[in-house]
Amino acid sequence: MSAAYEGAVADLIAELGRLPGVGPKSAQRIAFHILSTDSDDVARLADALIQVKARVRFCAICGNVAESEQCRICADPRRNDTQICVVEEPRDVVAIERTREFRGRYHVLGGAINPIDGVGPDDLRIRELMTRLASGVVTEVIIATDPNVEGEATAAYLSRLLGSMGVAVTRLASGLPVGGDLEYADEITLGRAFEGRVRLDA
Amino acid sequence: MHVSDLALNDFRSYPEVVLAIPPGITAFVGPNGQGKTNLVESIGYLASFSSHRVASDAPLVRQGAQRAVVRARAQLGERARIVEIEINAGSANRARLDRAPVARVREAAGIVRSVVFAPEDLALVKGDPDVRRRYLDDLLVQRTPRIAAVRADYERVLRQRTSLLKSAGALRSGRRSRTAAPPAPPPDPDGPTGSEPTDGRSGALRTLDVWDAQLAAAGARLIAARVELVRLLRPLAAAAYAQVSSAQGDLELGYRASVAQARPDDAPDEAPPGGCEEELLAVDLVEARLLEAMSRLRPKELERGVCLVGPHRDDLELVLGGLPVKGYASHGESWSVALALRLASFDLLRDDDGWSGGDPVLILDDVFAELDARRRTRLAALVAPAEQVLLTAAVAEDVPEELDGARFDVMGGEVTRVR
Repeated sequence: MSAAYEGAVADLIAELGRLPGVGPKSAQRIAFHILSTDSDDVARLADALIQVKARVRFCAICGNVAESEQCRICADPRRNDTQICVVEEPRDVVAIERTREFRGRYHVLGGAINPIDGVGPDDLRIRELMTRLASGVVTEVIIATDPNVEGEATAAYLSRLLGSMGVAVTRLASGLPVGGDLEYADEITLGRAFEGRVRLDA
Repeated sequence: MHVSDLALNDFRSYPEVVLAIPPGITAFVGPNGQGKTNLVESIGYLASFSSHRVASDAPLVRQGAQRAVVRARAQLGERARIVEIEINAGSANRARLDRAPVARVREAAGIVRSVVFAPEDLALVKGDPDVRRRYLDDLLVQRTPRIAAVRADYERVLRQRTSLLKSAGALRSGRRSRTAAPPAPPPDPDGPTGSEPTDGRSGALRTLDVWDAQLAAAGARLIAARVELVRLLRPLAAAAYAQVSSAQGDLELGYRASVAQARPDDAPDEAPPGGCEEELLAVDLVEARLLEAMSRLRPKELERGVCLVGPHRDDLELVLGGLPVKGYASHGESWSVALALRLASFDLLRDDDGWSGGDPVLILDDVFAELDARRRTRLAALVAPAEQVLLTAAVAEDVPEELDGARFDVMGGEVTRVR
């Protein structure tokens, strides 16, 4: 696609096309949108791109994105130190924060165990998690990896690893989506929902 | 049920085609390479969302197009339903049911039921076990679309575990040749800081137990579903075989499970086909036995870098008069067995609990040219009463007299009704 254009435009389309979710046609549309935009707006976008790489780094404690040594959540003294919620990616932290249900701390693994992509437990921030647990303050580890094949494998691995450490290990429940239709639930989801059924107390 | 209308956009060779198809028998006639099979393939695709000709979706999209659309109006008794599927070359497919989008493509599966007879069916008998596994799995998905999730999970776990075995096995053999020490036992997952070297790849080996558990859980469900299916098919296939062939010997189906064969000390009881079926239906028991087999076979699996036990190594056994069909049966007998398997799935799909659509659409893709006169006549008589029969043939003479009905000529992508 970019071969049809020259110089700077072609370079821009090629760079945009490397972004996730952006195909050649979208890249072309964004490139021409940028061309027709005010220089000030483009400068702000360029500045934002440079700033994000310069300022944002990863929290030394939990691995979340941060603008200083520690992320906002790790630096917050009001959070509960006895619970750690383990997630795959920083965007999972955002998703859980939106619920406002959880007031503990997080630990971002940076992915899930995935042998096809060559990701083993030593490529994830599991050793850092063990170090955090060694102090004995944490009493519960909540595993919130994705409910897919790789996330389940990671959760099972962690629960085996943490089983001997004297902390409670819990896994987020999986089951029927709220507002969903029972007959369309797949067998695995429905099976899980059965296993995790709860008593209705009057 | 029958498909009363079919519209294709950019499907295979067709940029666009719209057809009204009558119930009863319809023949699509035209020279090879003109697009007959593509028409019936699209109806077959609606049943299981997979093609009987190719494993991936990419070839279904017309060359140069981004997506193909198959839209069909199905008449189920009094009720008409519209199923539409958009096949995307690069991304996920999308489906609509009665003009409304569905959250998951699976929800639109199983509305149109069909059974396809094709020249490739001979591979059900003469081919490798994967052809027969696919026969079972496709039928499972048509009956209970939910099982597609189990199958997809299983395949994903299998790929992950195989890839882990390959990388861990490569490391292990490298280490052994350096130190000439006996292979170390798999490290305990509780001791990540133990004496084992903690480089990335031996770290990967520590997760093997986790993948074993996942493979066993999904595998046991898949095995139980397949065994139940084989039990339902057995009497139907035997009856169909007796009708299609001149009825010498009985056709017997069995499920050969790799987990049952990988017994610890070569158990003396040489189980007859289907001997341990009861046990294979118990998901918990099969899961435990899969785990046991994997831990016993682990050195071998690491050495070879493959998963040696699980539903992906199982087979559907076909036995005719006490002898395995493969290798013993003649060409004609093999065809009879293949036809019997398809007829059995037709009967099963028609009389399913919770299905009220009647006969599935019967598709006979170029199959009569393959059969001798006797089998041709028998098969024609068996399928003729079905609510809708779609057949393709290169020349009109290949259509048996018993299957006289509507006729479309297919020529250069143009489909015209001539009768």
